[in-house]
Amino acid sequence: MSSNLIGYLIGLPLFGAAALLLGGRRTNKWGHISATALSASSFALGLKLFNDMLALPTEERAMHQKLFSWIHVGGFQVDAGLLLDQLSICFVLLITGVGTLIHIYSIAYMSHDHDRRRFFAYLNLFISAMLLLVLGDSYLNLYVGWEGVGLASYLLIGFWNQKPAYATAAKKAFVMNRIGDMGLSFAIMISFVTFGAISFDSIKEAAPQASTAALTAIGIMLLVAATGKSAQFPLQAWLGDAMAGPTPVSALIHAATMVTAGVYLITRSNFIFDLAPNAQTAVAAIGAITLLFGALVGTAKDDIKKALAASTMSQIGYMILGAGLGPAGYAFAIMHLLTHGFFKAGMFLGAGSVMHGMNDEVNMRKYGALRKFMPITAITFGLGYLAIIGVPPFAGFYSKDKLIEVALNAGGIKGYLFGGAALLGAAITAFYMSRVVILTFFSQKRWDDNAHPHESPILMWLPMAILAIGSVASGFLFTSGDALKNWLEPVVASHGEGEHAELLPPMTVSVIALTLVAIGVGYAIFKYRAESNPNTPENVSIFTRIARRDLMQDAFNEAVFMRPGQVLTKSLVSIDENVIDGAVGGVGSAAVGSGQLLRKLQTGFVRSYAALMLLGVALLLLAIWVVTQ
Amino acid sequence: MNPINYLYVASLLFTIGAVGVVVRRNAIVVFMCIELMLNAANLAFVTFARINGNLEGQIVAFFTMVIAACEVVIGLAIIVTIYRSRRSASVDDASLLSR
Repeated sequence: MSSNLIGYLIGLPLFGAAALLLGGRRTNKWGHISATALSASSFALGLKLFNDMLALPTEERAMHQKLFSWIHVGGFQVDAGLLLDQLSICFVLLITGVGTLIHIYSIAYMSHDHDRRRFFAYLNLFISAMLLLVLGDSYLNLYVGWEGVGLASYLLIGFWNQKPAYATAAKKAFVMNRIGDMGLSFAIMISFVTFGAISFDSIKEAAPQASTAALTAIGIMLLVAATGKSAQFPLQAWLGDAMAGPTPVSALIHAATMVTAGVYLITRSNFIFDLAPNAQTAVAAIGAITLLFGALVGTAKDDIKKALAASTMSQIGYMILGAGLGPAGYAFAIMHLLTHGFFKAGMFLGAGSVMHGMNDEVNMRKYGALRKFMPITAITFGLGYLAIIGVPPFAGFYSKDKLIEVALNAGGIKGYLFGGAALLGAAITAFYMSRVVILTFFSQKRWDDNAHPHESPILMWLPMAILAIGSVASGFLFTSGDALKNWLEPVVASHGEGEHAELLPPMTVSVIALTLVAIGVGYAIFKYRAESNPNTPENVSIFTRIARRDLMQDAFNEAVFMRPGQVLTKSLVSIDENVIDGAVGGVGSAAVGSGQLLRKLQTGFVRSYAALMLLGVALLLLAIWVVTQ
Repeated sequence: MNPINYLYVASLLFTIGAVGVVVRRNAIVVFMCIELMLNAANLAFVTFARINGNLEGQIVAFFTMVIAACEVVIGLAIIVTIYRSRRSASVDDASLLSR
């Protein structure tokens, strides 16, 4: 039975992480090779399971594996169980596939770091936690993986924690993620109260009988969880700072896999969202807001990694928007997630390759005309770029165009708003991605003379090349004959939802989208073609300034949450110190004081003791006499 | 004679004893005063036995005498030991524990 093998998907990289972390310095020599090999074997196992699934009829493809009874208390029963179905296998292949490529890339990228073994241990830990996240068969099992990837992300963002700013970035990511995690734990608690169970299968069965209010509450809490992990509005502020981690980490965790966990969560919970239309609309609205938010931030960033991070945020906004549009959108959200996994990971690796050749310079204004010095990086990055802006026949065209189409067809005012946001986002995406490409690979040389740009070694450009092939071909593969849509049908099946009339025919949508993309690209070429200023211009409009400061996200968080939070904490501390400690201390000093007073009676003179005793007896007798009278 | 008068005598004896314990310093005298209070209690017991016409008070008086005898032995032994070591029988001098 191949279902017994599911556990090994998680177990292999987990074993790698444990061996490298417990083995210590002894494993320095071969740690990176074993980690890469274990990740690759997990990928091979994933391919085998995928192959097995293909051989089975559609309704038997979902495989379960019970690992052990985990919690068995009264009516609360949770098994540590795994579920491999059509949705999770997509993620398994993405995580292990892209993960293995990034392991290979990191061997070269991190070769000068004396802590390379620890880096690979954390990468393995991340792979296994992410696999647990997508393979868990209940919300609680998912939660374990959810926290696991949060931990791995924290460890890797702060990998160079000798720099205080990087350690702070790691802490920021962790704290903001905790807010989302709280949403997930509330969702689990509400579903246990509502359904008496927390496994996907039992909730799916019981959901139609539950009240809409409970389902909406669960849906909103799941959305909070998704906004935290996927850096969606209003919990998006950590992603830009998370770029403090090494670039392969940004590619794997903060572009291709972990940040898409929110999309997975919402797609996996389709049985809840389909029955809670208000929660579903909230999901779509968050997605639409974030896709514009990220795109606007992306237009102003000079740090190449932060520009790509803003773009990631925006693209995940597209996915969340798709997932919030119900059964029509799930498959396209997942498709965009997979194609995005290819092209964005590829572009991040490209950015890492540029940094590798430019003494770790991240400011795009210090690049320029690098295509002559790094031809392979330029080509692979360029293919990813064509994919993300949605030029046919590259991958992004298929997935993003479909999402725009679904958004436009959402019906009524929703269709205009979401579709409009998606179209506008496509235009801005074209502009800021063109800006990145022009400033980095075209225009004029703006770097200092001590930089010696050179092409990266084969271990680095090979993964980039493979991901570039993915960015070219994946979209076509997924859409030919609606392959991915039909594949995911059993998991995200629509239950006779009334289809809305098409607002615009698909062909027209594509033409409009492409026109907007062309305008964005054209404007970027016009603006940055001859850029020669190696410094960030100072006198810019107020809008640029706001966009450079991430649309004031940090200022907002600081003013609305951090400052009042600090005041609250300080006042609570002062209440604790003065009132509670005062009461406790008061009892103590009262006891001490009365003791000091009573001590004076202990004179050591027997006769005074006797006199006191006599007095006491006399008073006692008097009292008895008074009472009995 | 009215047996109540014996009670007056007993309370007078007790008061003398109590005052003696409080005001005198010599351990022997304090000790004698304690004996005086015990005997005052004995007298009261016997008187109550007479008033109530039963023997319980008389029996308790015998017990008290036996206990008082034991107490005298131990008390005198303590006083003599203290006197030997400190050359003083004043109760005020034996106040080491308060320091």
